[in-house]
Amino acid sequence: MEHIVIIGNGISGVTAARHIRKLSDKKITIISSETEYFYSRTALMYVYMGHMKFEHTQPYEPHFWKKNRIELKLAYVNKVDFSEQKLFTDKAEVIAYDKLILAVGSTPNKFGWKGQDLIGVQGLYSRQDLENIEKLSIEGIGHGVIVGGGLIGVELAEMLHSRHIPVTFLVRENRFWGNVLPRQEGELISRHIREHGVDFQFEEELEEIVADANGRASKVITKSGKEIEANFVGLTAGVRPNIDFLKGSELKIERGIVIDRKFATNQSNVYAIGDCAQFENPVNGRRPIEQVWYTGRIMGETLARNICGAELEYSPGFWFNSAKFFDIEYQTYGIVLSELQDGQSEFYWEHPDGKICMHFVFNSESKMFVGVNAFGIRLRHDVFDRWLNEGRDINYVLAHLKDANFDPEFYKAYENSVVSQYNSEMSENVRLQSRSWNRILTALKT
Amino acid sequence: MLRTIKYFGLGLFLIGLVVFTAVNFVGEYTVAPQKFEDWVSSKGIVSELFLQEAREQIVGNAFTSFELTSKLSELAEKSHQFHVDRIREWESEGQVSQDSINAEWSKVIWLDWSKTHKEFTYPLLQKTVGGAVADHKLLFLFLTFGLGILGGLLYILPDVVLLGPAGIKHHGIYHNSATNRGWVGISVFAYLIVFYCTLYFFPAYMVNSIIITDPVSLSLSGNSASQWFMYGFMYCVVMTVMAVRMYVKYRNNTYQIFRTTVVLFFQIAFAFLIPELLVKFNQPWYDFKNAWPLDYDFFFGWQLDQLMASGNLGWFMLIWGVVLSLIIVPVMVYFFGKRWYCSWVCGCGGLAETLGDPYRQHSDKSVKAWKIERYLIHGVLGFAVVMTIMTLIVRSTGDQYVFGLENYKVQSWYGFFIGSIFSGVIGTGFYPLMGNRVWCRFGCPLAAYMGLVQRFKSKFRIATNGGQCISCGNCSTYCEQGIDVRSYAQKGQNIVRASCVGCGVCSAVCPRGVLKLENAPNTGGSRMEAPEVVLGNDGLKSLLKK
Ligand SMILES: Cc1cc2nc3c(=O)[nH]c(=O)nc-3n(C[C@H](O)[C@H](O)[C@H](O)COP(=O)(O)OP(=O)(O)OC[C@H]3O[C@@H](n4cnc5c(N)ncnc54)[C@H](O)[C@@H]3O)c2cc1C
Ligand code: SF4
Repeated sequence: MEHIVIIGNGISGVTAARHIRKLSDKKITIISSETEYFYSRTALMYVYMGHMKFEHTQPYEPHFWKKNRIELKLAYVNKVDFSEQKLFTDKAEVIAYDKLILAVGSTPNKFGWKGQDLIGVQGLYSRQDLENIEKLSIEGIGHGVIVGGGLIGVELAEMLHSRHIPVTFLVRENRFWGNVLPRQEGELISRHIREHGVDFQFEEELEEIVADANGRASKVITKSGKEIEANFVGLTAGVRPNIDFLKGSELKIERGIVIDRKFATNQSNVYAIGDCAQFENPVNGRRPIEQVWYTGRIMGETLARNICGAELEYSPGFWFNSAKFFDIEYQTYGIVLSELQDGQSEFYWEHPDGKICMHFVFNSESKMFVGVNAFGIRLRHDVFDRWLNEGRDINYVLAHLKDANFDPEFYKAYENSVVSQYNSEMSENVRLQSRSWNRILTALKT
Repeated sequence: MLRTIKYFGLGLFLIGLVVFTAVNFVGEYTVAPQKFEDWVSSKGIVSELFLQEAREQIVGNAFTSFELTSKLSELAEKSHQFHVDRIREWESEGQVSQDSINAEWSKVIWLDWSKTHKEFTYPLLQKTVGGAVADHKLLFLFLTFGLGILGGLLYILPDVVLLGPAGIKHHGIYHNSATNRGWVGISVFAYLIVFYCTLYFFPAYMVNSIIITDPVSLSLSGNSASQWFMYGFMYCVVMTVMAVRMYVKYRNNTYQIFRTTVVLFFQIAFAFLIPELLVKFNQPWYDFKNAWPLDYDFFFGWQLDQLMASGNLGWFMLIWGVVLSLIIVPVMVYFFGKRWYCSWVCGCGGLAETLGDPYRQHSDKSVKAWKIERYLIHGVLGFAVVMTIMTLIVRSTGDQYVFGLENYKVQSWYGFFIGSIFSGVIGTGFYPLMGNRVWCRFGCPLAAYMGLVQRFKSKFRIATNGGQCISCGNCSTYCEQGIDVRSYAQKGQNIVRASCVGCGVCSAVCPRGVLKLENAPNTGGSRMEAPEVVLGNDGLKSLLKK
């Protein structure tokens, strides 16, 4: 029986394993050094904040793995011998594979800052990081500084805030998540995060972390020379593929493990998926390395098909994503970049309370809808996906905006206000249609 | 400052609780001859042995509640034994006439431990209680319920500011011993269990707690408070105060605000005020929203007799009850899901959604629990249906025995095990340990019935938003019904489950906007089938299409 070995029990590796099992009877082993069972790293923050227990982050009950004959191994892979098709673990085990899937994920970036390895300085990626920050919190955190204004940074800020620990946020740009969010949204979110009492320091970068007598961080010094009290420093300036253990082997590595569109590496019978993979030729307009949950899932599922006989290229649909910043949810469909591109126009609507907004981007000439950012409003994925597929224009999208509303029942709806502002700003005459289940459900079916 | 107010409120609340509990250890029960004779005739006691001994030992004397109840039970048991022995003797001798034996039978006092105190001793204690509490009911109403309400509100309201901007803050739930099955949670559990057992089976031990609410009862129905009145009043008070907590916690969520308001309204108006006013106007106590088979005794003989004897209104109630259960309930479930009842109307649901909200995370999400749930809840539904059919057969044939079982016994078993122990003692007592919907999930026959309609024939579903789920598990953690919502959401599958009560909290806590409660048409399996490919993997989707 063919033996499929997967290194990494994150979303990409586990999805691959599950689908290989669904499609075949191959022997499957998953090796991970992080946890015994698959868990959702996206939920790490909720464990720290006391919303959930760690068990709750595990999407499958322990009996699932046995039932599905997926063998789990808690071990660290030190080395892979690609020519012999073998790998070596820290438990001195040698495991032979017929096919190897590298789904080893990421690790937080560290840019060689002075003091980056002190006690009290960490990223937020793994279960060990969670345990570490818990331990530090019990010892006491007087003031936290977070370096890097992205998604994980704001999660870390919310975590500390939930335990009444004052937080200072060093952000290189002039607004929150400035390399991704357009100015309006960046400002809206910055305002909201500030409302919670988080201290933002924009256009500030970390220079150095200073230790106290016990080797624990005690303050940070910024590039501009500011000194900020901090016995906890969160490093959240992005992540990079976690591939150091593969360096120096025959495996082709650049920033990540280099793969073709079918996830094959330069070594035969070796594939890479998820955060650690780098597409040699990225799919139209997507990044070579995609570090989000659903792309890991899609890669895992697609590779499983290929391992079981299909010849499928990675072909995700239109971009989408979501996040939550303290109390404000964010969803995006299609592409909305931080700066408007040539030939694009935009329409931005914001609720007077400053916590809800929608930002539409479309082609100036053809009016074709390109993407939307929504804050404080939930939108229907299927419907937007269909509009993008059908190449609808912005007027159509706005006229049918009610179809896309996914807010809970009885929520105040804003489509009227959005459309009338659009009409007056753009001198258009879009007429808002009432919601049609027929249209919505066909979107679901296709 | 606000924190101080909170703790002050907590202090007041605890004082109220302590007073409410402690009043039952004071007071004197002086059995005046007239009161004793009234009680005797209301209970129809004719055992001369009992009467003689009771007149000697009880009448004219003063007791504590514990002394009086145990004295009464002791004498009753003794007299029971005496008459039964005598009948046995007569029967074996075979010389005494059947008429005398029958007369002797009527002297036997039948006691069943689960009913002794609520039906036998309680009425006498309630009439004979004296002491500081009985003399100052209004004052004690303030010192118990008043302080409880005031303290509760002072504890809750500062959160408007303390919790920061609107948004659900589940911070620290698993760090707090009250909400993480710690010592506070276990103490609350123990208190609730003792409270419910006393209320259901030993109300004679809590007479003072009950009569404190006399002023309210008198002003509503003109009667003095029974234990059910006190409980009903307390239920409304607790729900109201905890509804305020819901308003604070979920103030960003209109669905939660509406739902809380409506369920509170139904409790106060339909379960409490209207029935009391009906009684005031000499009509049967009737809760217009209580549907069979949750209202398991709706078809019991005494109930039907009472309704039929109450003129047009009685007949209306009877017909309404049948129409509600057999037509309105399923039709509404078809259009809106069972949530219209379970989390918008029902009293059990109302308490679960207010008092129980802090405990919703304790429901067991395992597949095993789901299995047990299906056996139990459908078992109870079967029990309720069989019992009702039996009752109706008995009514038409007049023979107490059906299928070799005595109807009255079956009714008592149901009333004891399901009506009292399961729905009350376990249903509410276990909030802090097993979550706030133990009864609704494992026991309620109406929920089981509506669940079948919801599962197989309804427009209701929780829609999943394409591929947005990140499997974080907030939805499953906070599902009070123990549904593993995530297991559906991460597959892009809508959630259609018999047990879903549509509280809307999964949708509220989902950080990625994945879930939406929806009543929508059903076209081509879109309601509950998992898509072959989760939205986003276009390559695989087109492969499978080919
Ligand atoms: C705090 C946080 C929040 C996030 N929130 C979101 C979000 O909201 N939405 C979103 O789309 N994405 C989010 N992400 C990103 C998302 O979680 C990742 O993209 C995804 O988990 C990557 O999955 P993966 O399977 O590629 O790798 P991982 O989940 O990283 O799994 C790799 C596993 O391999 C193990 N491993 C690595 N090397 C070895 C070795 N040599 N031997 C043994 N085991 C090894 C690692 O220990 C790890 O357990 C978040 C990430 C973090 C850290
Ligand atoms: S809460 Fe939302 S994102 Fe998290 S598992 Fe549930 S549906 Fe998915």
